[in-house]
Amino acid sequence: MNILTLSATELSAAIRRGDVSVRQALDAVLQRIDEREQELHCYITILPREELYAEADRLQQAIDAGELSGPLAGVPAAIKDNLCTEGIRTTCASKILYNYVPTFSSTAALRLREAGVLVIGKTNMDEFAMGSTTETSAFGVTKNPRDPSRVPGGSSGGSAAAVAAGECFLALGSDTGGSIRQPASYCGVVGIKPTYGTVSRYGLVAYGSSLDQIGPLAHTVRDAATVLEAISAHDPKDATSIAREDTDFTQALTADVKGLRIGIPRDYFGEGLDPEVADAVRAAAKVLEAQGATVEEFDLSLVKYAIPTYYTIADAEASSNLERFDGVKYGYRAPEAEGLHQMYKRTRSEGFGPEVKRRIMLGSFVLSSGYYDAYYLKALRVKALIKKAFDEAFARYDLILGPVAPTTAPELGSSLSDPIKMYLGDIYTISVNLAGLPGISIPVGTDSKGLPIGMQLIADCFQEKKMIRAAYTYEQAAGMER
Amino acid sequence: MGKNAISDETIEYVGILSKLELSDEEKEQAKKDMESMLDYIDQLGELDTDGVEPMSHIFQTGNVWREDVVTNTDEHGRTLANAPQEKDDMFVVPKTFE
Repeated sequence: MNILTLSATELSAAIRRGDVSVRQALDAVLQRIDEREQELHCYITILPREELYAEADRLQQAIDAGELSGPLAGVPAAIKDNLCTEGIRTTCASKILYNYVPTFSSTAALRLREAGVLVIGKTNMDEFAMGSTTETSAFGVTKNPRDPSRVPGGSSGGSAAAVAAGECFLALGSDTGGSIRQPASYCGVVGIKPTYGTVSRYGLVAYGSSLDQIGPLAHTVRDAATVLEAISAHDPKDATSIAREDTDFTQALTADVKGLRIGIPRDYFGEGLDPEVADAVRAAAKVLEAQGATVEEFDLSLVKYAIPTYYTIADAEASSNLERFDGVKYGYRAPEAEGLHQMYKRTRSEGFGPEVKRRIMLGSFVLSSGYYDAYYLKALRVKALIKKAFDEAFARYDLILGPVAPTTAPELGSSLSDPIKMYLGDIYTISVNLAGLPGISIPVGTDSKGLPIGMQLIADCFQEKKMIRAAYTYEQAAGMER
Repeated sequence: MGKNAISDETIEYVGILSKLELSDEEKEQAKKDMESMLDYIDQLGELDTDGVEPMSHIFQTGNVWREDVVTNTDEHGRTLANAPQEKDDMFVVPKTFE
C-alpha cells in the first residue's frame, strides 16, 4: 500500500484497523519531506525526529488501547505558524517573532491534538498572514508542489503546499481574505473557511480580528469536513466564539444536491478572469446541475467595492493588533537603542517586513483623527451594504458558486511589485470574510499548463452543511476524490 | 497621477502613530504606496451610504462576561523566558527617563 495516496480519513481507518502503524505513516511523510522539503520549503519548523517518533508511539498505544478512536487518530498533520503551539516556536513568518515559544496552545491546535493527529510542524505563510503568495515570509518563499516555478498562494501557502506535496495529510490554516481558499485552489487541495465565530480564534495571532477564521486544508471534502468538525466548538476564551449545535459537519457528506438552488454571480465572470478558469468552473457547475441542482446566473452587485473595503478594515485592525510587538516581552529587540521609544521604533522597523509596514501605516492613517469617518467608518458602511447584497442573494439561492481566484498560480517573483494588482487576486474570496460567510475551495481540474483550478462554493452564515454536501457531490460525480 | 497627495508631515505623523522609524527612501515609497491605495479606496465614495449604520461585527454581540477567577497556574518563569532581557523576575527595558 502506498500510504501517501490515502486521504487522511482513509489513513486513520487503516491505522485503527491495524493495517498501517502510526510509525509507518510518519515514515512515509518524513521520507517525502526528505525528498522535497529542501526545494519546496513548506515548513518553518519541523519537530525533531525523536520527538515525532515518541509521539507516534504514544498515539499508537492510545489507539491500540481503544482510548483514541476518532476519524483522524494517528494522522500526520501540520499547523500554520500563526497558531500558537505550547513549547513549539511560533513565528508568524516574521523576524519580530523569530524566537517566540508560546506558553500555551491555540484552542484549534489543542482540539486537533485531542483528535489524535500527529503534529509534524509549523507551516510557512505570508508574514502575519499579509499577502497572497507566501512570498512575504521572512523565512523564504514556499514553492508550489505542482510546479515549483510558481507560488503556492497565500497566506496559508505552506499548509496548502505541505498537503499537496504529501508532507502531511491535513493542515490548519487561517483565512482573513481568502488565505485558506486561494492557496488550496493554487495547490489543488480542498480548503474551508467556516462561518465567523465557528472556530475559536484563541491563540491565533490576530491580523484582522473581525475577519480572521481558522479552517482546514486537506485532500478531500470528507477530510476537510472531518477536521472542521474536530476544531469547531464554543470557546469562552474567544468572546466572538458562537455556541453552535450543528457542527456535526460530516453528517453532510451525502452525494445529493437535488433541489439545491445555486446562483452564479455574473459579476464574478467579468474582466480579469482567466478564460480557462472560467470554463473549468462553469463545467463544474454543469456537473452539479446534472446531479439535480438548479443553477442560474444573477447579479450580486458591489463586487468591486469589496477589495477597498477589506483593505481599509483589515489594515485598521492590523495596525491596532500589531501594536503589541514592541520588543519588551517576547521576540526580537533592536540592539543598542537609546531610550524606550527608540527601542520600540527600531524593533518594529527592523522586525517587520515591507508589506506588514505598509498595512500598519495605512491602517494607522485610516483610523487617525480627521480621516476616521471618511475612510474607516465609510468602509464599515459599505461592509453593511455588501452583507445586505449577500442576504438578498441567499433569499433566492442556497449556494453561490464561482471561481476562487482570477488565475491559476502565478510565477514566483511576479506579484509583490504591484500591491494593488496582488490585492485584486482576492476579489472573489474577500467579500466572504466581510460578510462572515462560510466558503469552500475544491479542485475542478487543471489549465493547459497543468496548474490546478479551484471552484468556490459560498453559503449563508451557519449553512456549511449545504456547501459541504454540494462539494462532496461534485467530488464524487466528477471522480475527483483521491 | 491620483488625487491623493501625502505630505511629508503626514508621513511623519503616520510613522509616529505606527511606531516605525523610516529611512528617507522608505518614506518616499510609503507616500507613493499610500497615495495609490487611498486613490483606490476612494472608489467607495461612489456609493451612497447615507443612513447606513457602520457594521463592525456581522452578528449582534453584546459584552461577554465571566467571573474574575484565576484559572491558569503561575507561568511567570516560562513567560519571562521569552523576554529579550529580564532581571530579578522582571522585564528589562532601556532607560525611559534621565
